[in-house]
Amino acid sequence: MGGKKSIIPLLLVAILLVFLPFSLPRFYTYLISLIVTMGLLSTSLNFALGYGGIYQLHHGVFYGTGAYAAAVMIAKLGYNPWFAFIIGPLVAAALSLVMGIICIRLSKLYFGMLQISLGSLVWAIVYRWYGFTGGDDGIHGISVPSMIGSTKGAYYFTMIVAGLAMFFMYRILHSPFGSTLQGIRDNAVRSQAIGVNVRRHQLTALVMAGFFAGVAGVLFVVVDNSVFPNMLFWTLSLEITIMALLGGWFTFLGPMLGAAIIVLLRTFVSTVTEYWTFALGILLMLVILFLPEGVLGKVFEIWKRRTSAEIRG
Amino acid sequence: MDFISAFCSPGVLCQILLGLSRTVILFIVASGLSLILGVLRIPNIAHGSLYMIGAFMAYTVSRMFGGGITGYWMAILLAPLGVALVSFIIERGIFSRLYEREHIMLFLLTFSFALVFGDLVKMVWGAEYRSVSMPRFFQGSIPIFSVPFPIYNFFLLLIGPTVAIVLWLIVNKTKMGKISRAAAVDREMVGAVGINVSLVFCIVFVIGCFLAGLGGALVAPIVNVVLGMDHTLIMEAFLIVIMGGLGNMWGALLGALIFGLTQSLGILIWPQFGIVFPYAAVIVVLSFRPSGLLRSTW
Repeated sequence: MGGKKSIIPLLLVAILLVFLPFSLPRFYTYLISLIVTMGLLSTSLNFALGYGGIYQLHHGVFYGTGAYAAAVMIAKLGYNPWFAFIIGPLVAAALSLVMGIICIRLSKLYFGMLQISLGSLVWAIVYRWYGFTGGDDGIHGISVPSMIGSTKGAYYFTMIVAGLAMFFMYRILHSPFGSTLQGIRDNAVRSQAIGVNVRRHQLTALVMAGFFAGVAGVLFVVVDNSVFPNMLFWTLSLEITIMALLGGWFTFLGPMLGAAIIVLLRTFVSTVTEYWTFALGILLMLVILFLPEGVLGKVFEIWKRRTSAEIRG
Repeated sequence: MDFISAFCSPGVLCQILLGLSRTVILFIVASGLSLILGVLRIPNIAHGSLYMIGAFMAYTVSRMFGGGITGYWMAILLAPLGVALVSFIIERGIFSRLYEREHIMLFLLTFSFALVFGDLVKMVWGAEYRSVSMPRFFQGSIPIFSVPFPIYNFFLLLIGPTVAIVLWLIVNKTKMGKISRAAAVDREMVGAVGINVSLVFCIVFVIGCFLAGLGGALVAPIVNVVLGMDHTLIMEAFLIVIMGGLGNMWGALLGALIFGLTQSLGILIWPQFGIVFPYAAVIVVLSFRPSGLLRSTW
């Protein structure tokens, strides 16, 4: 983020996004809502992974939990949807706290492996609990308030909520807490030595990331009016990790860009061939081999090199 | 007393035996994972895919040889070798160039293989259910306290300890095994004394993947060979390795034992959510021993 300078382009993008649904077919409006939802999810993952240095390998489980909590409250328990939308992310944050407490004692990949396997337990429960979660069918036709029931309504709701969530995440990451978190990422031992409570900071970051993933889950319920168990499956979690990696995981907006690329590719590749996962695997391989800093990371790198060349020249 | 007599009933005994034969499969796959994790430090998420490929290869080989007893033995022999060949190609082709990278990158690289393999299997074998016919030799069952117990599962109970012993001999008694254990602790040092570490890594990786293929080939006659059979198995293998201690082969055995038994007995207690029990066992184990039951090589 380039400080004050980046405000103007952001504002332009915001204005563009406000007027876009009037000139686009319904499907594309839906697609943009989906991209922003996935982008928010991927950004919330990057909150823990890129900025916190925590190997949050099963982030999708919090997304799915937030979505399922809201969906079950609306469709099975008959609560007010608005109330359910608030509770959903809180349930995700609570799950994140519980799983965090179990996993946080382990470091790095060990943490990630345990999290990914514990998350698959949550998936298994959702998958089998027919009476409550709809089992492998999921829950469809969830009624949302009529104000945000249309494609356009859902679009604006998604934009506003995702925009707020992104703003809050940005502020948190640029607060003293965020700096401490990045300090821990770069050198946990040194942070510990100067009196930082490493585990508590990491746990807080995990809970926040889980909360924002839950927000993304609620947005998915609004956009798609359905939930299904694959939202908590580990392959989805790794897909959003790919989004963050592809966009650039030391940049704030990278994951959003990565989500846009992946969702668009999936939509268009799927119309040509049924082998989307194959294409995704090849893409991931190429990114790891040739573009490990991600698209936005690369752009910044080139930009920095050019400006420094100008200064020297 | 009611509880004890219920616990000793033939049904429970049979379930324990089934759990033990499940343990064998889990152990074979998890020990390969653990080996790679211990030496190369990669949580190879494509391990499950290699297990699936092993099962599909077993299907093809046994069909090629007419499906009888010869077909079965050829499948057990050739399918793991085929998987080992695949793993050799990806190790030499891609992994060996990237060992210097961060571990999370290597982990994601194995994920890209899992994605590609999943679709390759779909391209080659299709999305339908396949089943490997059980040779007549293994058909039928032996009654244990009047409850029939399939012969094939007895066969698996013999295979498990055999694999464990062979693996122990390779790791502890051969020069290769000793070098790999040293490389697990300090790869620079091992390289500095003039050993080709890259080659050692390659051999370890191929052996680990061979075990995944063997697990797949062994399980093929008793399950539906189908796309997606890798998805739950890899998570189970992860948990077993974490529970037992990363990179520790006996830990993998112990973990598989706990996992297999809690799973099979859990189904008796709570049929719909039997799957919860092994996970609960993992959480209990880790709350007392955060780094696993046995000493980890990390």
